[in-house]
Amino acid sequence: MIPLSHFLIVAALLFAISVAGMFLNRKNVLILLMCIEMMLLSVNLNFVAFSHYLGDMAGQVFVFFILTVAAAEAAIGLAILVVLFRNRRTINVEQLDSMKG
Amino acid sequence: MIFEQIIFYLFSAVLVTAAVGMVTVRNPVYAALCLILSFFTSAALWLLLEAEFLGIVLVLVYVGAVMVLFLFVIMMLDLNIDPLKEGFAKYAPVGFLVAGVIAVEMIMVLRSAPFQIATPRAPAPENNTEALGAILYTNYVYPFEIAAVILVVAIIAAIVLTLRRRPDSRKQDISEQVQVKREDRVRLVKMKSETKEQA
Repeated sequence: MIPLSHFLIVAALLFAISVAGMFLNRKNVLILLMCIEMMLLSVNLNFVAFSHYLGDMAGQVFVFFILTVAAAEAAIGLAILVVLFRNRRTINVEQLDSMKG
Repeated sequence: MIFEQIIFYLFSAVLVTAAVGMVTVRNPVYAALCLILSFFTSAALWLLLEAEFLGIVLVLVYVGAVMVLFLFVIMMLDLNIDPLKEGFAKYAPVGFLVAGVIAVEMIMVLRSAPFQIATPRAPAPENNTEALGAILYTNYVYPFEIAAVILVVAIIAAIVLTLRRRPDSRKQDISEQVQVKREDRVRLVKMKSETKEQA
């Protein structure tokens, strides 16, 4: 049988890779959104693993809600991205400085 | 026993490889495809953890809807990829450093005693979907309905954000056409009749 920590380590690696992806692709909003999805996936893997090993279904219910919120977030994020591209003709984070932030 | 381990390590390796591919490839389409592969392999791992319903939902909702949305947007935008990849090598060391620190820290924490559970404390329910539904529609019914509201808000927000009225499109306004009066269309001009010499 596989111990719980193995699943948690896989999820930790996934999370670390997506953090690295945020640094590597810091100009491309599209890849940043995908990295966020990957982080949520790793968190979900943690939830499912704990739910299985501790015998508590609440973890899976939580994953269900995280999936819902992540789908909504992806839809709104992509809609904002489309509007952004329509107005500025770019999704380069470096050039999105009209608010002087 | 050994079969489960083979499955676990195989799918974990594919998952991590797909994740690395997603953050390093140049083309956003390939990145999206790598992400789809990682969703599929995670679904397999969830099936291994006896979360059958969520594994299937992950494939249906994520691969079937969210990633297709991503691919649609990637193909709709006329992206110039080269400037977006600038600074890849510049930020690679710090990115890998931060990721390595996070990974090492987390693995050190996860090797401690509370996380060393070798076997599940309780056997998984016979029917995963039934167990999830039984708890979702009783204890978690309010969060469930709030989730539905969130989805509706997301749909409306996405539609309103991307809706645009194009001034150059020629579309028919039926009510305006029906309400038109004679005065709007016909103009009567009073003038003297012209004679042959004037013309």
